[in-house]
Amino acid sequence: MPIWGLSMSDTFFFALEAALNGLMAGVMYSLVALGFVLIYKASGIFNYAQGVMALFAALTLVGIQNGQIPFAHVINATFGTHLSTFGWTLPSFLAILLTLGVMVLFAILVERLVLRHLVNQEPIILFMATIGLAFFLEGFGDLMWGSEIKKLDVGLPQGISETIESLTEKWFGYGFFIDRLDIIAALVAAALVISLSLFSKYTKQGRALRAVADDHQAALSVGISLRFIWVLVWSIAGFVALVAGIMWGTKSGVQFSLSLIALKALPVLMLGGFTSIPGAIVGGLIIGVGEKLFEFFVGPLVGGATENWFAYVLALVFLVFRPQGLFGEKIIERV
Amino acid sequence: MSSLTHKQEIPEGGYRTPDGRIIGGVLMDLKHITLRFGGVVAIKDISFDIREGEIRAIIGPNGAGKSSMLNVISGFYVPQEGEIWFRGQKRPPLKPYQVARQGVARTFQNIALFKGMTTLDNIMTGRVTKMKSNMLEQAIWWGKAEREESEHREKVEEIIDFLEIQAIRKTPVGRLPYGLQKRVELGRALAAEPDLLLLDEPMAGMNVEEKEDMSRFILDVNDEYGTTIALIEHDMGVVMDLSDRVVVMDYGKKIGDGTPDEVRNNQAVIDAYLGVVHE
Repeated sequence: MPIWGLSMSDTFFFALEAALNGLMAGVMYSLVALGFVLIYKASGIFNYAQGVMALFAALTLVGIQNGQIPFAHVINATFGTHLSTFGWTLPSFLAILLTLGVMVLFAILVERLVLRHLVNQEPIILFMATIGLAFFLEGFGDLMWGSEIKKLDVGLPQGISETIESLTEKWFGYGFFIDRLDIIAALVAAALVISLSLFSKYTKQGRALRAVADDHQAALSVGISLRFIWVLVWSIAGFVALVAGIMWGTKSGVQFSLSLIALKALPVLMLGGFTSIPGAIVGGLIIGVGEKLFEFFVGPLVGGATENWFAYVLALVFLVFRPQGLFGEKIIERV
Repeated sequence: MSSLTHKQEIPEGGYRTPDGRIIGGVLMDLKHITLRFGGVVAIKDISFDIREGEIRAIIGPNGAGKSSMLNVISGFYVPQEGEIWFRGQKRPPLKPYQVARQGVARTFQNIALFKGMTTLDNIMTGRVTKMKSNMLEQAIWWGKAEREESEHREKVEEIIDFLEIQAIRKTPVGRLPYGLQKRVELGRALAAEPDLLLLDEPMAGMNVEEKEDMSRFILDVNDEYGTTIALIEHDMGVVMDLSDRVVVMDYGKKIGDGTPDEVRNNQAVIDAYLGVVHE
């Protein structure tokens, strides 16, 4: 029970450390939320499969890097062979690039096999389709790469940063424990957000993407192909899923529970607004910091484990008082 | 081709307008177009042509099928019967964005702008078909992509000057008043430097002053850029002043076609517009 019986300055530093770790955790939530926002903005589809896409991307990355033969155990079971690996270990960079290729291929298939046939359908129908997609992809990933827990190592630093610990020890007389992976994740997320907003502001495809998000008819009339834009958006979402998959996979192993981070992205979206990229970031940070501080100050009073529900309660509060989120577009019906 | 005579430079099928402009040959030829929605016949066996450099109007009362006609030309609807010839070639059924890439730009009756984007970005988006750099160059913002962007910006600024909308360059278009939105939409269509510009009720819902402005812009576009324009209008007066030739539709059928004067004196047109007097 940390705060009780501690000095003021210790309480302050503990809280500060909790808040810093919360910020880092929040960045991880934001990464997942970002994928949702991209697809929602451009096509009005709430992509339930975003979490599973992160899992699938991570699985594929591990598989490619370790030279695992896809569908090995299916083939073995059918033909009685004993295939397992190609026997190579690819450099991380190459493996990531190849995985990106797989995600683009996935985007193309989604457009061909699903979206194309559901043009002009109600949002709820598209939403249902993405639920189906989530289940399919989950099973397909298992079938392709096996369902055991895998270790993902693309060479990202992990563990407590000793530099920060010793520096803060020297400055404040209190050493902060901060995971190096969290710092990398924060930097990557920042780079991702900046490059995505530059892309959407200053490039032809970026403008086309915003155009499609605003008005389908008008976009068609200036010569933009909706299908191409959908493939593009899903590819970018696949890329964001890959980044999230790498970060979360490195942190806690590649396993089914990775796909559940999507559930943590929901309250982030409700806070930040479904249509705002900065919203996804700020929402993630608020939830990350909020749940750590809440656990620190209120947790001991109610028996702990508040992190499991804090985000959702916060989201509920937002739904009541500000349903469009902090940055979302206000829904105004003009009559 | 051979019939280009020496004494006058009017090409085959072309003509000289009363104000002295020379209208060229056929740019688009619509032959026996029929469009049905289920059992409803929206357009019934309509044929007409649009010549290079002319302002061609399609008029008619509510529900006559004018907008459907425009949607057929711009590829939003595919007619069940009939042929569309564009620049001397028969056009296969195309998607709207493919039609746009062939050089046909349009505006919409109920304004379809990218509401979240600024005036500048809206017009810039109109140049999508003109941008040649590929995805990768765009993504890393390298060489051709960067050069291209500034070239296109120049052209866009020219259009902004032309339409006198400098003051609202950076304003998100959703905030603009109706008349200005219509003007931005025209700018976006012009940005594609179209061979054929389709205007769906460009003056609907405007006050007299705005109508006069818009008429002037339409005439100037035609005059300065030599753009062929096909427009739909409700307001007879405006159309008669603007256009070189007029098609009149009623209940999906063509009931008149000719110069404004010819159309004005056509009994079927008078009946359709004023209603037949029942004694």
